[in-house]
Amino acid sequence: MSAAQLRSVATVIGLSVQEGLRKRVFLAVLVLTAGFLALYAFGAYSAFEDVDGFVAGETEILDPRAFTGATIFGLAMFATLFLGAVLAVFLTLGVVRGDAESGLLQPIVVRPIGRTTMLIARFAGAASLSAAYVMLVYAAACAITAAAGDWTPDHLVAPALGLALGVAIIAALSLLASTVFSVTAQGIVVFMVFGAGLTAGLLAQIGQAINSDSLHEVGRVASWALPFEGLYTASLHALISETAGLTGVVLELGPFGGSEAAGPELIAWAFAYLLGVLALAAFVFSRRDL
Amino acid sequence: MGAPVLAVRELSKRYGKQQALSGVDLEVGAGQLVGLLGPNGAGKSTLTKIACGLVRPSGGGVEVLGRPAGSPEARAALGYLAELFRFPGWCTAEELLRLHQRLAGSEGGEAERRELLDLVELSEAAEKRVEAMSKGMQQRLGVAQALVGSPRLLLLDEPTSALDPVGRRIVRELLEELRRRDVAVLLNSHLLSEVELVCDHVAIIAGGRLVKAGTPQELAGPAAVEVETGSGVRTFEGATREEAPRIVADLVAAGEQVYRVEVRHSSLEDVYLEAVGGQTG
Repeated sequence: MSAAQLRSVATVIGLSVQEGLRKRVFLAVLVLTAGFLALYAFGAYSAFEDVDGFVAGETEILDPRAFTGATIFGLAMFATLFLGAVLAVFLTLGVVRGDAESGLLQPIVVRPIGRTTMLIARFAGAASLSAAYVMLVYAAACAITAAAGDWTPDHLVAPALGLALGVAIIAALSLLASTVFSVTAQGIVVFMVFGAGLTAGLLAQIGQAINSDSLHEVGRVASWALPFEGLYTASLHALISETAGLTGVVLELGPFGGSEAAGPELIAWAFAYLLGVLALAAFVFSRRDL
Repeated sequence: MGAPVLAVRELSKRYGKQQALSGVDLEVGAGQLVGLLGPNGAGKSTLTKIACGLVRPSGGGVEVLGRPAGSPEARAALGYLAELFRFPGWCTAEELLRLHQRLAGSEGGEAERRELLDLVELSEAAEKRVEAMSKGMQQRLGVAQALVGSPRLLLLDEPTSALDPVGRRIVRELLEELRRRDVAVLLNSHLLSEVELVCDHVAIIAGGRLVKAGTPQELAGPAAVEVETGSGVRTFEGATREEAPRIVADLVAAGEQVYRVEVRHSSLEDVYLEAVGGQTG
């Protein structure tokens, strides 16, 4: 790629980021995030206070702080993924068909930058903003949990990276949908896919709880078909992977049931999936009349 | 004319069952201003979009400076203003031009931006946001945007549709300036009078086919010599201005009283209406 092309890519990324920051949805996500973190802080302090009294003086085989911290932080991870997905979808909303219909796309696409490079640059803009967002919210939730109950995840960085890669995949899927669907349909389709992924994770969890191999397998296959779910459950697993004893067992029975470690296969598959979705989006876009 | 800047050869385009273009040939040379006329849905915008790589042809081809339309080299050589366009509302005129300079790889910097805003008489609005501009101002800004990077070919799709008479004059003068700079221009317009005023060459498309092409003078050739005599008005169809004295002399020799002589030209509008057969989209 020449220096001029790199400059063009940087320009489109900058344009995506500027547009994203100026969209009202970004403000809405920020307000929602502030609300979520405030409620999370209130909930975390209350939960740690309550649980201290609950186990005091009894057996010490269950670590109340680890149990409470992991449970509420696991819920915070879900909220973080959800808000990150909302942001990724809205930052890529109408990027191809929607912008083409409104006449915003044509003046840019006729420039030498080319369609594929433009698409990749738009993805890079949306994915980097969404990934930065989930990592910041993750870090904030982590800091709140540590301050409220002196608990931190067993692995600090890996879950954040897992969530960031997860929202990047959602951004890529949304971009692919934007090459085919109008704005409203794109939003609906991507959120349905997101919901399907989460449902698949839930199925795997239920399958494990009731010891149903077929249900667990269905959930597991679906999680791989939509790897943002696999990355999310792997991130959950990384929170407690070093937690041993009764606390670890109880957590596995609770909200962390069904979570599995992210082996190298999942990471490799997630990157291959991401590249595949982007390649498909570029192919569809290259054949679309504008 | 040397090698054409824009060469359209046997171009056809089909959208599903709809044949938008059929075997269209057209050339635009350096410094030539070609007006593309036709009813709505005739295929004018499709042709323009194929030329800038936004739409893929079904048959035939288009070359820009000898390179296939849509190739990076072809795109680097052209400027385009779509009929339906929108710029980010939060951008100022200055920011928008800077953005397109980066995308076009233009090294023109601030001097180019200032010159372009001057050309479309938007210097005072350099810091104005697009969302605060009238549609006419946005259209003039669109023309300036299309000129970023000094393109050799300019494709303008209805560039004056939202302009008032003053705005149209600005664009007309700009087009004349571009002709002096040897820029090739393909202008899609419904405004026949405007096309007649500025274009060197006119091509009329109807039903996806090129039905008439030539200079405005060739197209709007002499239609008739009309003579008012004592026995009524007599029309000599197809007669030229040069034939008028002989016609009058013959009439006088035949004993007719001649009161008025008028050489009638068919206007571009007449030619257009005849060519498209009253079609409208």
